[in-house]
Amino acid sequence: MTYRREILLAVIILAIVVGVGLRAPAFVTPSSLIGVVTDTSLLFMLTLAQMAVLLTRGIDLSVAANLALTGMVVALASRAAPGIPIAAIIVLAVGFGAALGLINAVLIAGLGIPPIVVTLGTLAVYRGMIFVIAHGAWLTSKDMSPAFLAVPKAEFLGLSSLIWIAALVSVAAWVFLNHTSAGRALYAVGGNPVAARYCGIDLARQQLRVYTISGAVAGLCGYLWVSRYGIAYSDIAIGYELTVIAACVIGGVSIAGGVGSVPGALLGALFLGVIVNALPVINVSPFWQMAISGAVILAAVIVNSRSERQTGKLILPEARRKAANAAGGA
Amino acid sequence: MSSVSKTMNVESTGPVLSLSGVSKMFPGVRALHEARLTLHKGQTTALIGENGAGKSTLVKILTGIYTPDAGTIEVNGKAATFRSPRDAWAAGIVAIHQETVMFDELSIAENIFMGHAPTAGLGRLDWRLMRDRTRVLLDALESNLDPETPVKRLGVAQKHMVEIARALSHDARVVIMDEPTAALSAHEIEELYAIVERLKKDGRSILFISHKFDEIFRVADRWTCLRDGEHVGEGFIRDTNERQLVSLMVGRSIDQVFPKTDNAPGEVVLEVNDLSHPTEFDGISFSLRKGEILGLYGLVGAGRSEAMQCLFGLTKASRGEVLIDGKAVELTSPAVAVAAGISYVPEDRQVQGAVLPLGVRENMTLASLARYASSGILSTARELNETRRLGERLAVKAANWDQPLNELSGGNQQKVVIGKWLATHPRILILDEPTKGIDIGSKAAVHEFMSELAREGLAIILISSELPEVMGMSDFIMVMREGRILARWDRAKATPEAIVRAASGLAEVAAA
Amino acid sequence: MSEVTASTRYRVSDHAPRTLADFLLRWETILVALLVLTVAVNSILTPYFLDRDNLLDATFNFSEKAMIALGMALLIIVRDIDLSVAAIVALVSLLMGLAAQAGADTGVLLLVALATGSVCGMVNGALVTGLALPSIVVTIGTMSLFRGIAQVSLGDQALTKYPEALLSIGQGYIGANVPYSFVTFLLLALVVAFVLHKTPLGRRIFAIGANPEASKFSGIPVARIRFGLFVVSGFLSGLAAWFLTGRIGSTRPNIAQGWELEAVTMVILGGVSIAGGSGTIPGVMLAVFVLGLTTFGMSLMNVPGIVISVLLGLLLITVLAAPIVARRWLARRR
Repeated sequence: MTYRREILLAVIILAIVVGVGLRAPAFVTPSSLIGVVTDTSLLFMLTLAQMAVLLTRGIDLSVAANLALTGMVVALASRAAPGIPIAAIIVLAVGFGAALGLINAVLIAGLGIPPIVVTLGTLAVYRGMIFVIAHGAWLTSKDMSPAFLAVPKAEFLGLSSLIWIAALVSVAAWVFLNHTSAGRALYAVGGNPVAARYCGIDLARQQLRVYTISGAVAGLCGYLWVSRYGIAYSDIAIGYELTVIAACVIGGVSIAGGVGSVPGALLGALFLGVIVNALPVINVSPFWQMAISGAVILAAVIVNSRSERQTGKLILPEARRKAANAAGGA
Repeated sequence: MSSVSKTMNVESTGPVLSLSGVSKMFPGVRALHEARLTLHKGQTTALIGENGAGKSTLVKILTGIYTPDAGTIEVNGKAATFRSPRDAWAAGIVAIHQETVMFDELSIAENIFMGHAPTAGLGRLDWRLMRDRTRVLLDALESNLDPETPVKRLGVAQKHMVEIARALSHDARVVIMDEPTAALSAHEIEELYAIVERLKKDGRSILFISHKFDEIFRVADRWTCLRDGEHVGEGFIRDTNERQLVSLMVGRSIDQVFPKTDNAPGEVVLEVNDLSHPTEFDGISFSLRKGEILGLYGLVGAGRSEAMQCLFGLTKASRGEVLIDGKAVELTSPAVAVAAGISYVPEDRQVQGAVLPLGVRENMTLASLARYASSGILSTARELNETRRLGERLAVKAANWDQPLNELSGGNQQKVVIGKWLATHPRILILDEPTKGIDIGSKAAVHEFMSELAREGLAIILISSELPEVMGMSDFIMVMREGRILARWDRAKATPEAIVRAASGLAEVAAA
Repeated sequence: MSEVTASTRYRVSDHAPRTLADFLLRWETILVALLVLTVAVNSILTPYFLDRDNLLDATFNFSEKAMIALGMALLIIVRDIDLSVAAIVALVSLLMGLAAQAGADTGVLLLVALATGSVCGMVNGALVTGLALPSIVVTIGTMSLFRGIAQVSLGDQALTKYPEALLSIGQGYIGANVPYSFVTFLLLALVVAFVLHKTPLGRRIFAIGANPEASKFSGIPVARIRFGLFVVSGFLSGLAAWFLTGRIGSTRPNIAQGWELEAVTMVILGGVSIAGGSGTIPGVMLAVFVLGLTTFGMSLMNVPGIVISVLLGLLLITVLAAPIVARRWLARRR
């Protein structure tokens, strides 16, 4: 495995950090940089989960809605039973998110409805359900127990618990995608569905698994989002699914399936995180953020497609020799 | 039969695998009807039959990709059902497919072990063991490929090697080879034969599917023949000959009649001078007269399709000129080529030829839609007139003219695709492997039709990898190899030996 | 030889036999039933629903989106998608606002809207067809880019200085009670339906969606047609922005937020396959009415918009899942 694309992206991110640091040295202090990573923690996790889905040639547009709905559910639970242990809250968040993911999974794998259509529908349903279950109310930190709010503020070895959780999820994603048959099967079904079938790998089973995982991660992030910002209502993280997909694209994950790496996805998310945090520092209006990420998505997808451009069959012997020489020289 | 018991004791141990009464229906097609097949330990059985005889379906049933509608499969005398490829693996049956089906982005090692990778504790993949075992498998095949190389960097022959290694990784009792030599060079084919011998010595059974008789007589011990989805015979290779097998396959005498008639060719319609492409073909020159059929022979990947697709405006030439009726034309797109009177029936019928979800009429009129519109509105009646005319002339068998093409047989699909091009009233018709994968009846109909069109003055270029077809149908024959025209003959002067020698690079000749 | 064999040949009928089951299982039939159901339920639940003026006023809320859906339908039929449509609306509205500030009249604003929308469509089309990039990624990118530009220019401000004539078109009626936007949508739908279902171009569009490779081999200028459809989508988004800006009389960066998904929902509910190659404009129109009238009926009953979206999401999934479940159930009973 070569990580040429990931290294390039890392260099670009580093260049941005250095560039911003030259104009605003405060940005490159350790605490500021740790702050950037903390801010990006949820995006790391969501990007990894979305990548797993994209690997199978799927898409999960419902992640942000799932996040917001699960966030509301745990916030309501905390309000109803302030004494509920935090472990139970986290289990509830992951479980509820996974259940929402399973609904997608059943519709996609069980009924064979295209993922984009299913998750477009559940996006609307999940988002609206927030309003329904909370009767339109906003839940603020006053409605949440101190224990509920403490988790994202907790630190360990000077780093936010959010970073530790994101790191754990990243390691889990790395192990799952690179060191288990189930993880490799995602690459297989996305890379070549026919060949995967010949290898006895069932697409529906992979879809069932991957959309449930995506939901579970969204659920976990739902709790973390709500407890971090101390607010739950129907519009939190609205449109965030597209940010997540953008991070994947920037990180070199192919929307056509079968291509994507854990470091790439993390760097894609980090890129967006750095941009968001750097703009105010160099006195650029935060309104630029959207336009910049749009331009970056386009640049990333153009760069990725250039590097994958296919040559012809090289039937002429001299053309083959030339290509072999060029490959040998590189 | 006495000689068998002397050489081997296979008869006493019984067959490794036997299928009987296996049937499989697809919408509108009876792919297999009560077929049977037996494979014996340490022996190679050749599965022969024309394209469309049901060989691929049989392979897919053996490998668990299709489930048969009826019939039984026995492995070592015990009944087995294959619900998925995994079941077939578990029974020790592995296929090397005709078209390499691989994961281009993944490494050789992972391609070999996808779906049955070795694991260490806690279900973790054991990458090192996977690499080591890949090394051993590749060594056994005398290949020095690096297990870590992504498959997308391999050539066709190397991919084939990986496919074989994959089969061996299963410790297969039965190895199915579906036209394994189609894309290999002479040297690579020899290596493959050596591998087959080794597999046999190890006591494995091989099902060898091939169209090439020299190959069958070289590697096989037994043969089984299918025709139109039915079992029509089996036996020992040493007891038969090519003539007998061919007549069984086609169900008639070997002397296949090609309905070629000699007609006086008219004036030159097409002249191609030094047509070249930076990487695919070079210096293609020829001329074609009205009523002539030019046969373009060569191995798969010789650049024939690439050169003809350039003539059809699909790719850009780097130099050279094309003259139609003596006037130079710039063929910048298929639309321009069609307007200039060139039509191209592509090789890949399912992908490039037919629009499968659309109906017969909609396919038939697709390349000539403007003809059926009056003041911008398509007239279904006009479309139907043309569809009926061509459909009846080509004897297309369909329930109705709206029937989607994916419900028709391959042969009828091909007739519709040819009809689509005739509807443009071409003066030059390029047919790229027009009879590949279609049944014998349709094949004969296509040949008949080609002759008829030539008689009517159409200039035809026939790309074919089937020697009898090229020799039977063409007025003159050109052979391409590695992107260049190596030889050309008049119909009368061409011999099969000379053509094959030129195509496989054994003779650097260029007769006029 | 054809004369000899002609007698032995069996006859091929011109069209597939039309059975009652086929008719009943047609997507359009299901949508008509759904529409009847919507009207029936709503008129039972509220007496104000079945009122001609009320119903015509209800069209204000979906006509602009429906115009966008027409372009979206064409793109989805050729296996593309344009997620930037709502962002195009925002960018167009911004430029209209700036032009209006500079003193442009309603006619000039229309030109600005159509030109800006078309240019945005050209950008999408050029990236997708020129560089062979997947349209979903490209239009997610341009969505951020277009709306981002609007956001950068507007910040948290709003542009509100628009000529009276524009407002009276956006909010006004032809005759006594038919909104301009609704009439425009109907006319556009008629044109698109005609092109798609009656002309060679329409047939080519379906062929591209069913098999782009074979279409290319059939001499169809696939890239040029796809490019053109992106321009059409941009043009229709520009037109929708013109009406919308006139209707609400102001431009904010979040204008038409989320409309891209609503337009996609209309198209898919209308029976256009996301895999391309099939769908009808009458189907899309029926879906527009089903969605529009459901929304209207529920808003009459003071159901909040976000709750309506739950029902619309469920409707989309149910309508797609129901035939599959029904078919499996029937197959199992056999």
